[in-house]
Amino acid sequence: MLKNRIIPCLDVKNGRVVKGINFVDLKDAGDPVEQAKIYSDGGADEICFLDITASNENRDTIYNVVEKTSKKCFVPLTVGGGVRSVDDISKLLNCGADKVSINTAAVNNKQVVVESSKKFGSQCIVVAIDAKKNGDVWEIYTHGGRNKTGIDALKFAKEMEKSGAGELLVTSMDRDGTQVGYDIDLMSKITSAVNIPVIASGGVGTLDHLVDGIKLGNASAVLAASIFHYGKYSVKQAKEYLDSKGIPVRI
Amino acid sequence: MKVTIVDYSSGNISSVINSFKEVAQNKATIEVTSDLNKLKSSDKIVLPGQGSFKSCVDALNKLSGLNDTLNEFVIANKKPLLGICVGLQMFADVGYEETETKGLGWISGKVSKIDNQNGKFKLPHIGWNQINILKDSKILNEVQNNSHMYFVHSYEFVPNDKNVISATTDYSSNIVCAVEKENIFGTQFHPEKSDKIGLKIIQNFINL
Repeated sequence: MLKNRIIPCLDVKNGRVVKGINFVDLKDAGDPVEQAKIYSDGGADEICFLDITASNENRDTIYNVVEKTSKKCFVPLTVGGGVRSVDDISKLLNCGADKVSINTAAVNNKQVVVESSKKFGSQCIVVAIDAKKNGDVWEIYTHGGRNKTGIDALKFAKEMEKSGAGELLVTSMDRDGTQVGYDIDLMSKITSAVNIPVIASGGVGTLDHLVDGIKLGNASAVLAASIFHYGKYSVKQAKEYLDSKGIPVRI
Repeated sequence: MKVTIVDYSSGNISSVINSFKEVAQNKATIEVTSDLNKLKSSDKIVLPGQGSFKSCVDALNKLSGLNDTLNEFVIANKKPLLGICVGLQMFADVGYEETETKGLGWISGKVSKIDNQNGKFKLPHIGWNQINILKDSKILNEVQNNSHMYFVHSYEFVPNDKNVISATTDYSSNIVCAVEKENIFGTQFHPEKSDKIGLKIIQNFINL
């Protein structure tokens, strides 16, 4: 049976982790390579790096991080943040990323999704959707949630599936950072609208939120940052909890 | 021991390279090349593959003489080859992704889209799934039944002779996920991304 995945996400800025894990045995709390290794040794099903480097000059640092991590971690590695072109995707894959997540570029020009999925295969193209509730609909935001687009998230999700995305990473902007749980309504609407796997993101504060994302939101995978970063829960604890709730996980 | 990973523009192979180097350390030389002479002088060959069946077959055919070299290595000289993902699928006679495309024909059968029961199951089949080991296979040595492996694919290999199947996995149906026919080995899952147990399979292949 296919297992639901737990994906810890690390925010990386200028080659360093922004929110570090509070582990005593960690030599360098800011080293993404070391943190990714801890997650993969702890049973993470996949690792996600979100590059939040602001300036273009420092963008090369992420390539270096990906290259080093992929030599140490033998679980899938997804990298997103600032990916603008087919060329950017190619560079990340060559450094050892297994999947690349595209956000703003996919909204601005869906050809990036069409071309990259043709060139590298759908399996490595993840489209990240940042959505905010506006009345009865969810609207897409770009540039890390700063720009309103007026695009309907459900329609966009279907369009991305058609364009060749292999997976969708759906983040609720209303919930992100709040720790009150995923926007289940948004997740379940998107998971029933598309036939590709959906990764739920944004708002996890407790292990029950992960359960809800899978049971109520029908997500194939759940992504979380802070609950793992601050040592509130380990990936192992999360998996054992999901298992106790009857959710199939890899243990 | 010289293990060669075929570099034929078949998509992202950096994880395959990293995992083989990690396992080999200094016990085997891992080379990544499309140079025919280097392939001929190898002890073992790894045939990776990502993207579509057609794009991988096209990429193989584009490199003049590569097909003949692989055929000689595998069929005439009976040396070990490991196909991963689309690399395994290409063993078939024919594939139906994008359009009908002729495969290498090493293991008789076809590659067709996974039946997702009218949308009941998501495609691609992405994530960790357990394998059911059906027969003793050299590359599955010391790999426990029901071990988890990492999958990402929408098409499946359906061999004519079921005796070549060494493992299957349960999704919308029973999917062939490992084959062994004499010196020819293949995995539909990605051992290079399947944590320690995946590295064990790579080690088994290197140690053959």
